[in-house]
Amino acid sequence: MTRNGSRSPIAWRRALAPIAAILSAAPLAMLVVRFYADDLGANPIEEVTHVTGQSTLRLLLLSLAVTPARRFFGWPALAPLRRTFGLAAFGYATLHFFTYVGLDQGFAWAYLLEDVSERRYVTAGFAAYLCLVPLALTSTRRAQKRLGRRWQKLHRLAYVAAVLGVVHFFWLVKADLVPPLLYAAVLAALFASRFRGTTRAGC
Amino acid sequence: MTRKPYDVIPDREVTDPTLFFGRRQFLRGAFAATAVLATGAVGARGATASGAYTVDEPPTPFEDATGYNNFYEFGTGKRDPAKYAGSLRTDPWSVRIDGEVAKPRTIALEDLLAAHPREDRTYRLRCVEAWSMVIPWRGIPLADVLKRLDPTSRARYVAFETLLDPEQMPGQRRSVLDWPYVEGLRIDEAMHPLAFLVTGMYGKDLPNQNGAPLRLVVPWKYGFKSIKSIVRIRLTEEEPPTSWNLAAPREYGFYANVNPEVDHPRWSQARERRIGDFLKRPTLPFNGYAEQVAGLYAGMDLRKFF
Repeated sequence: MTRNGSRSPIAWRRALAPIAAILSAAPLAMLVVRFYADDLGANPIEEVTHVTGQSTLRLLLLSLAVTPARRFFGWPALAPLRRTFGLAAFGYATLHFFTYVGLDQGFAWAYLLEDVSERRYVTAGFAAYLCLVPLALTSTRRAQKRLGRRWQKLHRLAYVAAVLGVVHFFWLVKADLVPPLLYAAVLAALFASRFRGTTRAGC
Repeated sequence: MTRKPYDVIPDREVTDPTLFFGRRQFLRGAFAATAVLATGAVGARGATASGAYTVDEPPTPFEDATGYNNFYEFGTGKRDPAKYAGSLRTDPWSVRIDGEVAKPRTIALEDLLAAHPREDRTYRLRCVEAWSMVIPWRGIPLADVLKRLDPTSRARYVAFETLLDPEQMPGQRRSVLDWPYVEGLRIDEAMHPLAFLVTGMYGKDLPNQNGAPLRLVVPWKYGFKSIKSIVRIRLTEEEPPTSWNLAAPREYGFYANVNPEVDHPRWSQARERRIGDFLKRPTLPFNGYAEQVAGLYAGMDLRKFF
């Protein structure tokens, strides 16, 4: 029995969709507001890079938290949020990527190539982004149906992307490891809940 | 002679400043796709030729220089120092002078500086994080103060220490670094006319977030060498420990000279973003002060002594 069984799942879905959309768009909206208020600080490109990177990680973890939360609360209406948050994460990752390539590095290909091949935090971040691309491309219901069981397998890449994203964060901080540790802790909890969930659901 | 004496550093391996400049010219040709980059770099070089105490570029806006800081004693965020440094009490302030000096003592800041007239100098500041600023400082050549402290003949290094007080410096309540922050210079570096003991900027007293009431500015080294809120100056025989070197010895050396040829293990040091600029510009050897300071490192392998 679900706790919220009294209301129809469709009504819940309708209520949750805009909330998830607002949650996903909020960091971008804040950036735009801060840009026009001239509140991005002395190094706006760095600030945009940090905000979009953080938002990517947060939304990715949020997306991965949907299934455990759905199981824990027994609330199927949460299911579509996985896609909303996942696509939003991809959106922020894309902004992050182009902020780095275009604004930060000024499309200086020689330096970019050196960064991706020699700076391990850039390599990890780039690899994480590459993981997200096929997931975004196969996010439609049609792709999900066509790929069937393989879709599920493919979308485990989200975990790989999250691990690479957290590693990317670890490798770029100078001394304060607490922020990346927090993300790592959340990710570890998600892994734990997933393995527990898997054995219980038997799939 | 074709034999290679591996036990000594051959002259040809010593990094030559003219070679540095030559390489910058090459890089500029290769990468400076825009006029912004080119004019920026040329401007910086012009300053070097016309006198090292001015920079042929407008100073960084005061709000940026005082609102975007690395001063982990007040938090690791760039805006944290401006937000939290109000809790620092800079008056009264005294400085402990000890180690290899004729007369170790604790001296009030006013007394330490009373004999010296203040100078205004504009320097480039290059952070190890690959951003940079142009800042008009007010201070005293470090050499003038050091001479008055009567170092003994054994003094080969100068060690500096920042205030340790988690009450006033909330960032010290977390052990992000091993507090107190310590830095050091070789005595000849410290005696170099460019090394500056700073009490003000932009014609005013130093704001707390910029290291009030007394800080070091060593313009040819990465910013973290320019220790803030100094409470102790110690002359030593041995190379003193330095905070970032203790935190990550592979990444931060004792010397920390600005060097586009030697990357930080995790990121490139070849270019930098001048705060206020959009595009990055090439980083200059010794932050553009090679003419003045390269001689200090003659015969040293700058890849090894980074």
